[in-house]
Amino acid sequence: MKITVCIGSSCHLKGSKAVVGELQQLIAENNLKDKIELAGTFCMGRCQEGVCVTVDDKFYSVSPETTKEFFLNDVMPKVK
Amino acid sequence: MRKFDTKVQHLKYKVLREVARLAWKDELMENILDIPQTIIPGKVPSMRCCVFKERALIGERVKLAMGGDKKNPNVIEVISDACDECPVGGYLVTDMCRGCLAHRCEDVCKRGAITFDEHQKAHIDKSKCVECGQCAKVCPYSAIMDFKRPCERACKIKAIKMGPDKTAEIDNEKCISCGACVYQCPFGAISDKSFILDVINFIKESKENSAYKVYAVVAPSISSQFTYAKLGQVITGIKELGFHTVVEAALGADIVSYNEAKELVEKGFLTSSCCPAFVSYIQKFFPDMAKNISHNLSPAAAISKYIKETDPTSKVVFIGPCTAKKMEFQKEEVRPYIDSVITFEELQALFDSKDLDITSMKEDVLDNASYYGRIFARSCGLTDAVREALKEQDVQNFELKPVPCDGIEQCRMALLKASKNMLDGNFVEGMACVGGCIGGAGCLTHGEKNKAEVDKYGREAMEKTITDALKTIHMIKDEKH
Repeated sequence: MKITVCIGSSCHLKGSKAVVGELQQLIAENNLKDKIELAGTFCMGRCQEGVCVTVDDKFYSVSPETTKEFFLNDVMPKVK
Repeated sequence: MRKFDTKVQHLKYKVLREVARLAWKDELMENILDIPQTIIPGKVPSMRCCVFKERALIGERVKLAMGGDKKNPNVIEVISDACDECPVGGYLVTDMCRGCLAHRCEDVCKRGAITFDEHQKAHIDKSKCVECGQCAKVCPYSAIMDFKRPCERACKIKAIKMGPDKTAEIDNEKCISCGACVYQCPFGAISDKSFILDVINFIKESKENSAYKVYAVVAPSISSQFTYAKLGQVITGIKELGFHTVVEAALGADIVSYNEAKELVEKGFLTSSCCPAFVSYIQKFFPDMAKNISHNLSPAAAISKYIKETDPTSKVVFIGPCTAKKMEFQKEEVRPYIDSVITFEELQALFDSKDLDITSMKEDVLDNASYYGRIFARSCGLTDAVREALKEQDVQNFELKPVPCDGIEQCRMALLKASKNMLDGNFVEGMACVGGCIGGAGCLTHGEKNKAEVDKYGREAMEKTITDALKTIHMIKDEKH
């Protein structure tokens, strides 16, 4: 599974650094380093919905506050 | 609203704009011969002897706007017919000479080149004169002037000479493509080749960024440019042109300063690698010193490399103040990362070729880098950033002794001393342009306030430290390894 976080200007200002940090921690805590690849990209073209995140090709709008919820609800169930 | 420093820049811009306008519509080839008439209408000349010569020279500028002479590896080219063949008198005594008694000029001249006529007025014997300029310095009436050609005066590495037909000639073996002559020639007879057609093609063939994405990497000196609009509007304008997004080269500068600090500690002596003209200067004029050049990519190349890692099919275009970057991106070690380079002058032409009025656009955001990455645009910025990177990496037992040099003359002095082990310093920050990148030949305007504008832009960065700016990239890389 590949989680891509937008680190372009708009998402950076909305806290992509915190989102990446939180995801990194959650991946480590759940021992999922082998199963989840964390990647960055500059702009997904949906700046209004930032912080923009995709899980494989599915789009999610995440914020530093909702990262944990996103991980539990949208990432964990899909990890095999 | 002042877009350019000189009318030469304005003329070049008009040509670029027309070429781009036709290229967007795929109508360049069938209309190419009409461009001179479009730019020089009517029958009254405003620049040269007649409209026909003016138009012929526009034709030459069209060639440069389309990439110039493919056989010439240099990106800086002379338009021979535009060269006014300025007199090359060197130091001459003018009418201001009052025929004084002191004759300081005679006493100071070590070559015995000064003679006096029956009115006690000084003359310079050109067969003896070595153009040292001492006589001009001591004359109390400033009666002795240096009538050097502006291009030769601008070229501090002496790569420009008068050819057999009296027009300027560039020695490509020496030229470092800094563009100083381009900016200084009052007749616009020396120009940088343009790659705007490549950029337009990248954008068009991307099919609105669906086939692949086109990224613009902008130099931090953009903060001192397009002053008639807000920076956020410039960013919107770049996206309106068809770029997928805009990324700060300053984030590449953060990467560079972080790594350069490490490399400096490791090696003990380093010359910077950010400025392609400075790097080229060392390679051509101080080859023995080349081993001390930092192995870091330039900030533009470093961030472009990262973009290519995140998006391998992307096209990356660097937009900056620099003509030497047009050489740099063609180098083997940079070619995989940067696909093309245009200047701020050319960006302005692209905006207007699509009739984009950026002043009426909403403001977009640009914020990737730290304060330190952003201040690379001005002299001493790199030094400040390396000092900060040493601090942030908690380096002990190492004293940074920086030697910031802006302008080739200062670079030359530092390199001369360093080559003889007489330089009191361990880090040479070399910038070929006076003032750093804000003095670049591809800038629209050059002004006193530019440094303050860069510093202000630096302070506006959300990230205050280099480590913070790089944190996201580092976290993502950690995950991969």
